Amino acid sequence: MELLLILVIGLLYTGGVYFILRRSMVKLLLGIMLLGSATNILIFVLGAIVKAKPPIIGSAQEVLNKTYADPVPQALILTAIVISFALTAFAIVLLKRVYALLETDDLDNLNTPEEEDI
Amino acid sequence: MSDNLILAPVFIHLFIAIFQLIAWRKTVTQRILSVGGALVALISAAMLFTHVYVHGTITLNASNWKAPFSIVFVADLLGATMVVLTSIAGFAVSIFSATGLSRQRMLYGYFPIFHFLLMGLNGAFLTGDIFNLYVWFEVIIIASFVLMTLGGRRNQLEGALKYMSMNILASMFFLTGIGILYGMTGSLNMADLSIKMHDVQNRSLVGITSVFFILGFGIKSAVFPLYFWLPSSYHTPPSAVAATFGGLLTKVGIYAILRVNSLIFIPDDFTKKLLMVMAVLTILTGAFGSLNKMNIRRLFSYLIVCHIGFMVGGIAIFTKLALMGTVFYLIHDIMVKTNMFLISGVIMQLRGVITMEKLGGLYKEYPKISLLIAIVLLSLVGIPPLSGFWPKVYLFREAFTGQHYFFVAALILGSLVTLYVIAKMWAEVFWKDIPADVTVDNKFEPLPFLRKLLLLIPIGILAIASVYIGLNAEAIVQIVDRIAEELIDTSSYINAVFKK
Repeated sequence: MELLLILVIGLLYTGGVYFILRRSMVKLLLGIMLLGSATNILIFVLGAIVKAKPPIIGSAQEVLNKTYADPVPQALILTAIVISFALTAFAIVLLKRVYALLETDDLDNLNTPEEEDI
Repeated sequence: MSDNLILAPVFIHLFIAIFQLIAWRKTVTQRILSVGGALVALISAAMLFTHVYVHGTITLNASNWKAPFSIVFVADLLGATMVVLTSIAGFAVSIFSATGLSRQRMLYGYFPIFHFLLMGLNGAFLTGDIFNLYVWFEVIIIASFVLMTLGGRRNQLEGALKYMSMNILASMFFLTGIGILYGMTGSLNMADLSIKMHDVQNRSLVGITSVFFILGFGIKSAVFPLYFWLPSSYHTPPSAVAATFGGLLTKVGIYAILRVNSLIFIPDDFTKKLLMVMAVLTILTGAFGSLNKMNIRRLFSYLIVCHIGFMVGGIAIFTKLALMGTVFYLIHDIMVKTNMFLISGVIMQLRGVITMEKLGGLYKEYPKISLLIAIVLLSLVGIPPLSGFWPKVYLFREAFTGQHYFFVAALILGSLVTLYVIAKMWAEVFWKDIPADVTVDNKFEPLPFLRKLLLLIPIGILAIASVYIGLNAEAIVQIVDRIAEELIDTSSYINAVFKK
């Protein structure tokens, strides 16, 4: 399971980097989303992937001494997902406005010189 | 009880923003709330600062959980100083935007977002938890995206797209770094991390993680290979917004570099070299970029980049005196850079343009305003005894004794270019006669006297702050000395968090 997730992380980072290096604005957005997912899974993997080992101290025990699934990274990912959801929503609206104004999807066309400018 | 004071600067801005959302479309109410609230926030920040200065670092554990498990808020002297500076700048910009901004922009919710931004800044300066710092950064960037796009002009949206993608990318680097850090140590509390990082065996992984943080914060603070989004976006929003951005947002990056590199990663030779190369190139590219700019705001944007290099260089040397120089420069820079963009706003009001070719004759028509602006420009250049001079003394001295000769050369060149472009600007905007073929669109003259005064008061407040920093440098040096001491020897911070 861990190996599979690590491969997925690698793939997502590769895809994300490839996409943000493209000139299209939509692909830039897709790239950012892929990188975000890759980061989230990376954090998830760091919290030990184990089955049926909740971090609950039984009534007979004093401390947890076995391996357990760390809940903190999951809380971190939840926060990060919510934040990236908001950012992505904003980004999509911004892209749509830019497209409506400039009628282009090419990042190289985003340098309209102002009349009073060097 | 006094520990709850830490959250006052955060909560005051939160409540102002909420009340302003309730008063949606009532611009007069929003303006009064904004200026009054910013004043209350300034007072609370000053109280927090004096408390920290007298009694030392104070902390607040969320829900009263014990230290490494809770989200902890820490007000040490560096954090408290930054909060005071943010509040002064925020107060000035709040007065300026209440008088200067168009009603249209206010109707779209400028003020609530502005206060959410200030809340995020204060939170970032006061948190002692690395993931919490990430969350505050996100609060800051989402608020700044909205401020940058409000109005929706073509070049604004173009600038915002670059600004947005670079900032989201920076957050991603930062988050990845946090993830690896948690994987190595199992902690997110910065004081706890500071202790646990010593025991990590895999030192090369520590090095890689520190590069993640430098990349993330480097994009935010606009250092050399990562700064290109700044000059292509900061000149697009209105002056009040640009003032907040130029004065405060890049400095959060510097603050975060300082915090992370003093607590979690103690800079080794590689990090120091990396930071030094970045600093020198940042100064040079920022300085050269500013040379041919005729648009005043673009010129200021490049000067921001140039002066960020001064501060990063101080961190790269990482001796006590160099850190004193960096923090002193930070204090000076927030006051002056905020003021510069407010000044560009006043020039825009006076003439309707901000390109140097079409400007002129301001000194003849408005000698008093020009003299006020001259004080600010001279502080920026660093003419003794004004505020820009003193931090440079420390930086020069440490660069020279540490034999960082490239940095010395860059400092000299950067200061000279700043002097040159500001002199050019003075000659073009204030001394030269207004070009014959330009028709002046003066929006300032028809304003009632009170509004004229209210546009100039914020500039006055910040100018007085600059002059005070310069003339009373001894007091500032005492504060800065203690901050640098705390940055080098972090035990007071750690002890305060663990309540030893």
